[in-house]
This record gives sequence, structure tokens and C-alpha cells, in this order.
Amino acid sequence: MTQLPQSTDRKLGLVIDLDTCVGCHACVISCKGWNTENYGAALSDTDAYGPNVSGTFLNRVHSYEVKPETGPAQLIHFPKSCLHCEDAPCVTVCPTGASYKRTADGIVLVNEDACIGCGLCAWACPYGARELDATAGVMKKCTLCIDRIYNENLPEEDQIPACVRTCPAGARHFGDFADPNSNVSKLTAERGGMDLLPEQGTRPTNKYLPPRPKDCSGEINTLAPLLEPVAIDGKGFVGWLDKMLSALPGGNT
Amino acid sequence: MHPAKSVIIFTTLSGIGFGMLFFIGLGMIVPEGLMAFIWFAIAYLFAVGGLIASTFHLKHPERALRAFTQWKTSWLSREGVLSVVALLVMAAYGAGLVFLNTRWAYVGYIGAALSVLTVFATSMIYAQLKTVPRWRDFSTPLMFLGYAGAGGSLMTGQVDYALALLALAGLLQLLNWMRGDGALGKSGSDIGTATGLGTAAQVRAFEPPHTGTNYLLKEMVYVVGRKHAGRLRILSLLMGIGLPILLLLVPFGHMLAALAIVSHIVGVFASRWLFFAQAEHVVGLYYGKR
Repeated sequence: MTQLPQSTDRKLGLVIDLDTCVGCHACVISCKGWNTENYGAALSDTDAYGPNVSGTFLNRVHSYEVKPETGPAQLIHFPKSCLHCEDAPCVTVCPTGASYKRTADGIVLVNEDACIGCGLCAWACPYGARELDATAGVMKKCTLCIDRIYNENLPEEDQIPACVRTCPAGARHFGDFADPNSNVSKLTAERGGMDLLPEQGTRPTNKYLPPRPKDCSGEINTLAPLLEPVAIDGKGFVGWLDKMLSALPGGNT
Repeated sequence: MHPAKSVIIFTTLSGIGFGMLFFIGLGMIVPEGLMAFIWFAIAYLFAVGGLIASTFHLKHPERALRAFTQWKTSWLSREGVLSVVALLVMAAYGAGLVFLNTRWAYVGYIGAALSVLTVFATSMIYAQLKTVPRWRDFSTPLMFLGYAGAGGSLMTGQVDYALALLALAGLLQLLNWMRGDGALGKSGSDIGTATGLGTAAQVRAFEPPHTGTNYLLKEMVYVVGRKHAGRLRILSLLMGIGLPILLLLVPFGHMLAALAIVSHIVGVFASRWLFFAQAEHVVGLYYGKR
């Protein structure tokens, strides 16, 4: 049924560290790789080598420029996938019961055999976490790699979502938010983990760690020293060279 | 939002069809025998035609029966259930009129109420979405009901009701536009709250996640055609409301009535196209498109 569970035994989800993410898109590729070969319909590409490239992805990395009131601008890489919301609006709008939230671990899933491809759940999601696959005609979304995290045929270190396993910067963390002593709960508490679009009332499980404040020792302009005239009061050979070059046509003081 | 033809046809035609069934169910016209059959056939053509059109945008219409199961939470499911129940109840009412020349008034009243509820459920599919601030407003269901009433009264030849309901639908349409135009700004969502990185003035979308387009952009960040929105709004009001009122005020003739109906339908199509094309989904914030 598309009624949301009152509460879930565990709250599995991700912590995404915006301070550490380097924007390499490795998580995007490993996500597509794993999820196109395993659980559910493949993630199709259309016109993959033509002029109008398009494809289904469950994870995408945006980049934002942030200009604080003081200090230099920062470039923040921003991975975005399903946040496995506690009040998931995508689940309740589903007319067929294909969308559901698991009581055991809080993962939001789509039963592709029951999906009619109406697209209303994608409209109801404020984060753009759901994409209707152009070829399969069913709704695709992050499964939190449900076929990895419970898969005892995999080595233990691989029993985490593909995006977390592959992240070379360690910017993605997987764990149980219902356990206050879990790695993700501690990280969220220590670093002020935040919700995206909190005013939408979706109560997302995934948390984002804000970028740490950067060191700011006065003016940061690495090129400035090079623009200064060399040895304005130079002595010896450098002083003589400065005088001689300035005397040439086009030379200035 | 992407203005899909199937959904525009669905909301427009089924609104008019259920509007007709409302007036027929109330006993505003009580045709008998063959005439009753013709009246019901026209109403069902609109109502059912619209519902069938709505299945064209499903990628797996063969599974459409499943959509009747989740009425506890889903307005789309409720709309499906209500429409079928309304059509069945009105079919029973119609059978009495067509075959027995008998009017079961209470069956008609129940059918009329169910028809109104069906249109309301249709509007709530859109009005429920927090992600589209323009739609999430009390004026959205009122406008849908207003148009259904205007179309239904016009189609069943209830000139007095049609004049009043056309004017009312026009006012509700204006109300929906006025409230909708500022809705995204008032929603409190901007690129700052979407990313959590600062105020809207401080955050700028620097690079999108992909070089091509994608489903999200095509479906929810639709911007094509908005430049004519102002003119289209005026055209929609003139065709959908103004001209039909004028044609009803001049001495009655069947040709004029037919013209009023055609004009009204064209106007409502334009209004529905704008309803989708102008709706801003908050996911556009992540792409810096709002």
C-alpha cells in the first residue's frame, strides 16, 4: 500500500559531505554501472552517441558557486539522489501501490511490475530524484543498492551502496540514522547535517554536511605578487637592468 | 510542467462531460427514450473520451486497472474510482430514462454529486502537489469545478446557469492566475533552501550535472512557449468565457449555441495548456532555472 509506515525499524540513508566532494562524478558512474546491470530495468540511454544525448541516472552531481558576504567565492559540488524521505510524497501519490517505503529499513522503492508509468511520483518529488526510463517506461530511483547492502555473496566491504564504495574522496557515508551511535548519526550531529528544502515537509533521511569555513588570512590573490614590478628599489645587476629596460621605447617608470 | 496533450484533453473533456452529467443528474433536463440516449451518449463521449485520453500518457496502460487500488492516499486513484462509480450510477439513471421512461430522481442526485466529486478529485491531482506552488492553492479546485459547471450548463442548454457559471469560471480563472503568479516566490523555496548553501543571492548554479537534457528538464522545467503566455491568457478568456456569454445573450439559435460551445472548448484547452506550461516545479531551482 502507498500508506507510509508510522515509523521504520531502521532509517538507512546517506550522509553527503559537501566539504569533501571534489565533483569527480565517480559516484554517478558507479551508480549507473551497478544499477543498470542488477535490480530492475536497465537505465537506458537514448541517442547516446548523437547530438541529443539523454539518459536515466539515479544520482547526479550539480555544481554551485557560493559567494559569501565576506571572503572569496567557493565552488561546491553537490551530488543529489533519492533522500528516502520519512514523509515521502512520491509514495502517497502513487495510484497503483508500486511506490512504497519499507518498514524494516525506510528505503523507498518502486515495484516496477506494478508501475504504470504515469509520472506523478516524479512530479511529487521536490528533489528530482525519480526519472521515468524512456525505454522501460517505468519509474527508476535510488534503491540504496538494496541488492548490495543485504547481499552476503559480496565481500563485506562491498556491502554498501555503489556510490559510497567508489567515492575516492570519502565524501559519502552510509548508515542507520535510527541508531544515535552510528557513523552517520555522529557525523550529522558533529557537522550540522542539514535537510534539503526543509519547507517542503518531506523529512528527508539523507543529510548534507555543509562546507567548512575556509581559512581566510587577509586578501587571497595568488597572482598579485607576480603583478608587482620586480625589485622596485633593486640594487646591483637587477637595478641596472630595471633602469635600462625602462629607458627603452615602451618602457615606463 | 510539460503540457502533455493527453492530460490537457483529459482534464478539459472529462470536466465538460461530468459537468453535463451533473446537470442531467439534477434533472435540469429530463429527456426520455431516444432523446435521453443521445444526451447520455454525448455526455459519456466527453467524460469517457477524456478518461481514455488520460491513459495515453501512461507508459504501461495495460496495468491501468491497478490504479483503482490506492484510493486511501492517492488522488489519482480516487479520481479513477470516483469516475467509474459516477459513470455507473449515471448509467443506471440513464437506463431508467432511455428504456423505461422513468426518472429515478435520487439515483440522478447521487450521480450528480459523484460527478462533482470526480471533477474535484481531478483537480486535487494537481492541487495536492507542494512541489508546484502555482497549483497548490484553493483556487485550483474551484477553477476546475467552475469550468466543469460552465461547460456542463452550456452543453445542456441551461442558458441562465451557463451565463452565471461562465462568468464565475472566468473570475475563478483570474483568481487562479493572480494567486499563481506569485506562488513560487511566496513558497519560501529558492536555490538557497534547495542546496542549503546560503541565501538565494549567494548561490548560483555554476554547472549542470549533464551536458544533454534529461527527463527532469523535459518534464518539469518546461519553458517553451511561455513568452506568449500573456496573449494566450487573453485569448483563452475571450474564447472560453467572453464569446460564449455574448452568443448566449443574443436571441437563441442552435448554430449560435454550437458556436458558443466550440469557442468555450477551445478557450478551456488554451487555459489548460497554460495551466501546465506555466507551472513551475521546485526541482528547477537545482538547475538555476527559476
